[in-house]
Amino acid sequence: MNTFEKNWKGATAYFRNNPKLIAGVSIILALVLFWLIGSLIVSPARAQPISGLPDQPPSLKYLLGTDSNGRDLLAVIIVGTGLTLRIGFLAGAIGLGIAIALGFLSGYYGGFLDTIIRGVVDVLLTIPALAVLVVIAAMISGVITLNLMIIIVASLSWMLPTRTIRAQVLTMREKAYIPMAKISGMKNLEIIIKELIPNLLPYLAAGFVGATSAAVLATIGLEALGLGPQSLPTLGMTIFWAVSFSAMLRGMWWWWLPPVIIIAALFVGLFLLTAGLDEIANPKLRRVV
Amino acid sequence: MKDEVLRVINLRVYYHTSLGQLKAVDGVTFSINSGERFGLVGESGSGKSTLAFALMRLIKPPGYIEGGEVLLDGLDLVKISDDEIRNVRLAKIALVPQGAMNSLNPVVRIKDQIIDGMVDHVEDIPRNTLEKRVHDLLEKVGLKHEVSHKFPHELSGGMKQRVCLAIAISLNPKVIIADEPTSALDVVVQRQVMLTLDQMQKDLGVSVLLVGHDIGLMAQFVDRVGVMYAGKLVEVDSVKEALKEPLHPYTKLLITCPPSLDEKGEFKGIPGLPPLLLNPPSGCVFHPRCPQVMSRCCAEVPILNEISPGRFVACHLYNEVKI
Amino acid sequence: MTFVYVLKRFGYFVLVVFAAATLIFLLPRLATERNPIVQRMGQTAAAAGVLSEGVQEMQKAWEAKFGLDQPLWKQYLHYIRDLATLEFGYSLAYYPAKVKDQITNALPWTIGLFGTATLISFVFGSLGGALLAWPKAPRFLQYLLPFVLTLSAVPYYLLGLVLLFLFAFTTGIFPLSGGYSIGIVPSLSLPFILDILHHSILPGLAMVLAGVGFWSLQMRGLMVMGLEENYITFAEAKGLKGIRVLFRYAIRNALLPQVTSLAITLGQMISGAILVEVVFGYPGLGTLLLKAVSGFDYNLISGIVFIIILIIAMTTFLLDLIYPLLDPRIIYRRETR
Repeated sequence: MNTFEKNWKGATAYFRNNPKLIAGVSIILALVLFWLIGSLIVSPARAQPISGLPDQPPSLKYLLGTDSNGRDLLAVIIVGTGLTLRIGFLAGAIGLGIAIALGFLSGYYGGFLDTIIRGVVDVLLTIPALAVLVVIAAMISGVITLNLMIIIVASLSWMLPTRTIRAQVLTMREKAYIPMAKISGMKNLEIIIKELIPNLLPYLAAGFVGATSAAVLATIGLEALGLGPQSLPTLGMTIFWAVSFSAMLRGMWWWWLPPVIIIAALFVGLFLLTAGLDEIANPKLRRVV
Repeated sequence: MKDEVLRVINLRVYYHTSLGQLKAVDGVTFSINSGERFGLVGESGSGKSTLAFALMRLIKPPGYIEGGEVLLDGLDLVKISDDEIRNVRLAKIALVPQGAMNSLNPVVRIKDQIIDGMVDHVEDIPRNTLEKRVHDLLEKVGLKHEVSHKFPHELSGGMKQRVCLAIAISLNPKVIIADEPTSALDVVVQRQVMLTLDQMQKDLGVSVLLVGHDIGLMAQFVDRVGVMYAGKLVEVDSVKEALKEPLHPYTKLLITCPPSLDEKGEFKGIPGLPPLLLNPPSGCVFHPRCPQVMSRCCAEVPILNEISPGRFVACHLYNEVKI
Repeated sequence: MTFVYVLKRFGYFVLVVFAAATLIFLLPRLATERNPIVQRMGQTAAAAGVLSEGVQEMQKAWEAKFGLDQPLWKQYLHYIRDLATLEFGYSLAYYPAKVKDQITNALPWTIGLFGTATLISFVFGSLGGALLAWPKAPRFLQYLLPFVLTLSAVPYYLLGLVLLFLFAFTTGIFPLSGGYSIGIVPSLSLPFILDILHHSILPGLAMVLAGVGFWSLQMRGLMVMGLEENYITFAEAKGLKGIRVLFRYAIRNALLPQVTSLAITLGQMISGAILVEVVFGYPGLGTLLLKAVSGFDYNLISGIVFIIILIIAMTTFLLDLIYPLLDPRIIYRRETR
């Protein structure tokens, strides 16, 4: 069995014995299903303004009522969940990509490159992401599209995963199988793909979840200030509009509460995923069989 | 019988694991007299460290003291309350730990680590008395006064071990348990530490239980020795007689194993591996590896018998012979 | 604590602040060619119907007045010089008020709320977490664990919304917004201080609830590993009192990485605090930032962002100075390199 097969078997075994991981994945899957199935049942067009009478409380026709612009809130929530998930995961993927690239460069090649990358990461980590993002977003305000949002948010979610991946690459570089592979004639790139990556999988997964969590947090933060895609009903923007229109004071709980619940669920799911992946990566935290 | 200070009767310590019960210490009986040096020797996994910890009731779950008595000055340490055993530790029976490297609190100064033990046992000692005591103790173990202000990471391994010694004698206990005090040190430092221990024992007249696997070290230091194997005590003897005329086959092997400078020959080990304590062999626990095994060894468990004054052995070879 | 160490940490502090300032300076200038204010001004004027020559004249006049027609490096030098006196220019949203004054008014509120909430959640969270790991602690604490776990995952902002709904809107126990009630004259009197407290409790609670979860979880993890150390066993062998082993041996050592993570998560926490202020209309930097963003007040935005980064860098520097006091090995390690 090569490294890859060994790790796959090991991974699935721990999957079964890891309640946090299972819970986390279930929650996220539930949200994704909610979005997918919901989109089939409720037409996304109803998330547009003037789909119905404004300020309607929940009824049989509009299960979650409507907002002050006449949007059907059930449709809004379904579309919004999809949007927020997309921003989060795509930004997380981009962030992970950056983290892998920088982490490898830094850890595997070391030297001056490593010092520079590490310095940049440390300084950027001290600076609160939100602050920089606000500056960026405010500059472009008014024309933030979905894709732009993804890029903005990804740009500051990669730092912590880079550190983790770099640390792991450093540890692995010293281990015996790298020189072994080199002796048996594998080129550097081959080594990276066939030997390093399979062993890194738990850390890559953790990095992805970490980058995604950071991205979602940044998204919610920006949207709370109104700095999100203006015309799209992401969950964060929905809350922003709700607060702007004083939904709470007007007793319109159906406007602000559902997005809050879904976002909270998303965060809890991501958190459980992180904790579950931590257990795989760090054997000491595992439950005794 | 000279005055006994510690008597252990049929002590059993078992670990409850998901794979079964691990009998780390399985019915050990011996005693130590006042001012005596007793060595407990055995290979890794023989249960000697577990025994040492059990005497101070430091066994943590999933390990439990299943039964037996540990009588210190008449007090049964197994049965007293948590608060009482806390008082007994350090004051009556003290530990010199194995890994002194990690046994000292890294963020507290040496002085305070010596003092806190005393303060938690005796109330209302004035500050300058405490400080003077710290200096006295450091002197006794051969360390300068300056050490008291330092942090553990500023000391060498040997110095840290001696600090632990100083802590152990701080309340003049009756018994000191030294759990492999030199195994992590190089030979030069080893000698220094053992000399210090030797001097201290002579000055204070305290009883010492020295736990270890190095029988050569034992020979230089202890009066009597107990040999442990797979959780059982197989022989108890004065150290001279054990070396000259070992009774138990395991003891014989232990003595002949270490290479000597006089005879040069093949490196001899003891064939086989120590048994899994989950499923110990039937009858005598040593029988699979014993070069003198007989048929009854597989069936009957031998009992520790005193075959001549002060000489105990648990082996069927001696059941008929009584001197 | 050596001088070299302090110097190094101070150097790092200066580096971060400089990097931040430069970033704030460069970013908008990379996005658009001209100064965004000038751009905005042009757009607004054109939308109001002013002829394009008139708009251009206006923009040129503005640029001349504020030195925006000078080469970039000169602008940068002026910028740095101004920054040293915390001079950010005029606030567009509150013209003719200066950014410096706006920030000075809002800053104490933020520091008060954030500082207190962080202190409370760190201290109680760490203590709670330590007890959760201590075998001899009361049992009921274990049941709190899943609850606390969930709370720590949710950002302060959301928790704030829920609390606002539950305790301000529906039950009316606490006020809905503001730092103090409308109509009360600010003074150093007891009623005023109590009024401030009354307004601070909900936003503070939002941060404390989420924070306590995070800190106790971390501390518990650290303690569980820490209790396996040899010095704990030896401490018990010494017959030390339980409390002493818990505090001086276990907690004291787990505190070191705990404080480190405090320094690392400061940025995240203050971002959360800012958003909580938005929810509660609390008159700190958060609400100010919201108004700045909605009013496209670029000067104010940069000013607030810079101040936030400055606060974080200073706090990190202070924590760096405290750290060697907690762990005597740190300087030793650095010196032996």
